[in-house]
Amino acid sequence: MYMATNTHILVPEFDYRRPGSLSEVLALAAEHGDRARLIAGGTDLLVQMKMERDAPSLVISLAGIEELRGIASGDGLTIGAMTTIRDVAGSATVRRQYAALHEACQAFSTVQIMVMGTLGGNLCNASPAADTAPALLVLDARVDLVTGEGGRSVALGDFFTGPGRTVLAGGEVMQSVTLPEPGAGTGSAFLKISRVVADIAQVCAAVRLVRDGDTITDCRIALGSVAPTPLRIGRAEASLTGGNGGLEAFERAARIAAEEIRPISDVRATAAYRRHAAGVIVRDALTTAWRRAGEGGGK
Amino acid sequence: MNDRRVRFTLNGEPREVSVKPNDLLLNVIRDDEKLTGTKYGCGIGECGACTVHIDGRPVLACLELAVAAEGREIVTIEGLAGNGGALDPLQEAFLDNGAVQCGFCTPGMIMMGRALLDETPEPSEAEVRDYLRGTLCRCTGYASIVQSVIDAGAKEAAAD
Ligand SMILES: Cc1cc2nc3c(=O)[nH]c(=O)nc-3n(C[C@H](O)[C@H](O)[C@H](O)COP(=O)(O)OP(=O)(O)OC[C@H]3O[C@@H](n4cnc5c(N)ncnc54)[C@H](O)[C@@H]3O)c2cc1C
Ligand code: FES
Ligand code: FES
Repeated sequence: MYMATNTHILVPEFDYRRPGSLSEVLALAAEHGDRARLIAGGTDLLVQMKMERDAPSLVISLAGIEELRGIASGDGLTIGAMTTIRDVAGSATVRRQYAALHEACQAFSTVQIMVMGTLGGNLCNASPAADTAPALLVLDARVDLVTGEGGRSVALGDFFTGPGRTVLAGGEVMQSVTLPEPGAGTGSAFLKISRVVADIAQVCAAVRLVRDGDTITDCRIALGSVAPTPLRIGRAEASLTGGNGGLEAFERAARIAAEEIRPISDVRATAAYRRHAAGVIVRDALTTAWRRAGEGGGK
Repeated sequence: MNDRRVRFTLNGEPREVSVKPNDLLLNVIRDDEKLTGTKYGCGIGECGACTVHIDGRPVLACLELAVAAEGREIVTIEGLAGNGGALDPLQEAFLDNGAVQCGFCTPGMIMMGRALLDETPEPSEAEVRDYLRGTLCRCTGYASIVQSVIDAGAKEAAAD
């Protein structure tokens, strides 16, 4: 990427705070509103600030808030927003029960970025290319958002409003991501195509199927890097639900998905390539998820 | 923007430095601490030349605020050699395999390779390539770099 900017230093000047409790974070965030930014791993925020696309006057670190870290199972799974991508990828529960999320985290471009970057940062940054977004969409994830006034739970499908935009109000913090327990006969998968493995996606897809014998009783298909926000493809889902699984049905759904998306051409790929590749990975992800659903093991 | 006192451990030595909120850890290591083994390549997380260990985990010093280093344990390439300058087995393996051409990527490669060996003793070639995927070598000496990590893993396992 060509940049006239000097990435050697961070030009914008700002104040920095690292509160030890969530209530302090919320109070600071409420007080400073739009002039403040939260920093988790910093892998998106500091790049934006180096390129001088963002210049907050206060940076509030979430690093001191232990309660935002970690993965807890109970009724489904709760993942703290500050949990790193690498810790999500390394969780045995995520690998066994939520294969699409495991694969999305493993597909991250580099180990260093996985070690630094967080799940909450990936979602709140709201890039159309965020790898965990399509995976969490098909897993029916909800996000828990909190301010000093109280909390709310939002379906991830209602969270993204545009590139870099979400329903997060000024001063609101994402606390955790929750996933429902996968029912019997569930299988999911995530696939990503990039120029080289160490890059963000040209296009990525996640799917989840619920299988009863040869019948698909429920289905989710979502794509990344093909529209202003990560996108569910309802028409392709509807074409599968209630019918029999198999290559023919999966190819039909993949064709519908390729028609429905609104890809752009950019430095990473042309729109035509994205459309073609989207169809291929939707078909392949459906085939894998179908097999997993049948095995009853890996979800 | 006020200066802050930040305390951390650098290669086993306790340090206290004065930094501004927008100072990057990479520049504090290179310019203030004069440890120039850690390299600046791209500044935006894409090349891995600035990789150091913070609390044992490999992170990019070009995307880390120095103020965030408070209380952390930082190890750079200069800190890998033992007392009296005995090289780390991975450094030895790089020498034995001639895995250094211009040498610019070498500190990042070794810090990544070391982190992998600490997590996964005796990694396979596929595991090494996967772990090093975010550390770029423009001289494209990957084969000997990957071999060095495999060799060091085997040697450490034999020594245990
Ligand atoms: C070289 C490189 C490669 C990358 N490769 C990939 C890739 O392969 N796939 C991919 O999806 N992404 C990739 N990214 C993007 C980035 O690493 C991820 O999006 C990462 O998960 C961001 O997390 P973070 O903790 O670093 O976020 P930060 O940069 O700390 O934060 C990002 C944004 O979210 C806000 N935020 C963070 N946490 C919260 C919270 N709890 N509540 C409210 N707001 C919050 C911040 O204020 C900021 O606006 C890459 C980035 C780089 C530099
Ligand atoms: S200089 Fe840090 S990744 Fe390139
Ligand atoms: S040896 Fe020159 S960049 Fe790797």
